[in-house]
Amino acid sequence: MFDSAPEIATPENYLDYIDRKIILATQQGLPLVPRPYHQLAEELGIKAETIISRIKTMQQNGLIRRIGVVPNHYKLGYKANGMSVWDITDKHIHEVGKEIAALPFVSHCYQRPRYLPHWPYNLFAMLHGHSREEVENHIQKMVELLGERRLTHDVIYSRRILKKTGLRLITEK
Amino acid sequence: MAAVSANVAHIMDSVDRQIINGLQGGFPVSEYPFADAAKKLGLEESVLIKRVEKMLGDGTLSRFGPLYNIEKAGGSYSLCAMAVPDAEIEHTAEIINQYPEIAHNYERDHYYNLWFVVATESPEQITSLLADIEEKTGFPIMNLPKQEEFYVGLHFDV
Repeated sequence: MFDSAPEIATPENYLDYIDRKIILATQQGLPLVPRPYHQLAEELGIKAETIISRIKTMQQNGLIRRIGVVPNHYKLGYKANGMSVWDITDKHIHEVGKEIAALPFVSHCYQRPRYLPHWPYNLFAMLHGHSREEVENHIQKMVELLGERRLTHDVIYSRRILKKTGLRLITEK
Repeated sequence: MAAVSANVAHIMDSVDRQIINGLQGGFPVSEYPFADAAKKLGLEESVLIKRVEKMLGDGTLSRFGPLYNIEKAGGSYSLCAMAVPDAEIEHTAEIINQYPEIAHNYERDHYYNLWFVVATESPEQITSLLADIEEKTGFPIMNLPKQEEFYVGLHFDV
């Protein structure tokens, strides 16, 4: 998905007024009507064709990752989520990141900075399972996969959600 | 289609499953996108709309629509962690959660026990926001911005 994407965070590709309006109106969801883009058009005072072409452009340049249903994984029975954190040898971080990301039970996978000496972990992978036992099995598989490229790891479970909003990417000024 | 009552999230039938499995991406951008999507799933347009509405209402779906990647527009996210004594978690979380830029905040089972995600429209805003939170809470923040993204997304099958 990075192939055709523009470099990020340059002033040239900051959002323009119309994109901002569209994002503000849709980041919490699309209208549940037969012609949702036309309803947006009416609400925003922008032509439907413009909305449709802007959304298509945002899909092409990666600003929109995907459009569809976002399931609540707790409700689907994926009640155990473990944030696994790994200390991976620097020279292997890239290949390991790709291997981990390809595992079917991993949702997010990022390289992040270490904070030595307290925080030696440079790779994060969010794991999902129906139970902690299932997550622990995932971890075991990952340990075997990584071999000596793994120096140490930990898995951190959530105790409770203190806040969870639909990620508001843009707020009204 | 009579079962549009609330609190039935655990009672998903085959149509719900079909929608969850088949529509986590690829919703059309067209004049009648529900009709187009429904056709692919072998459903009626009105059934698809009602089912999505029902699953949003009972919490089976947390959202329906575009999933944005704000970094492509110059915005910025970061994952932050704090180590807070148990007795001060409530109070500290209250302060942190007041900021609209805080998207998620989880209490986790670790020495670093508060984990939250900040989202701002520019990287500079993150720095000043975190400094502000540190000052108000009195706890240092371990700021863990991503250096490389390997994967985001997971297809949940039901």
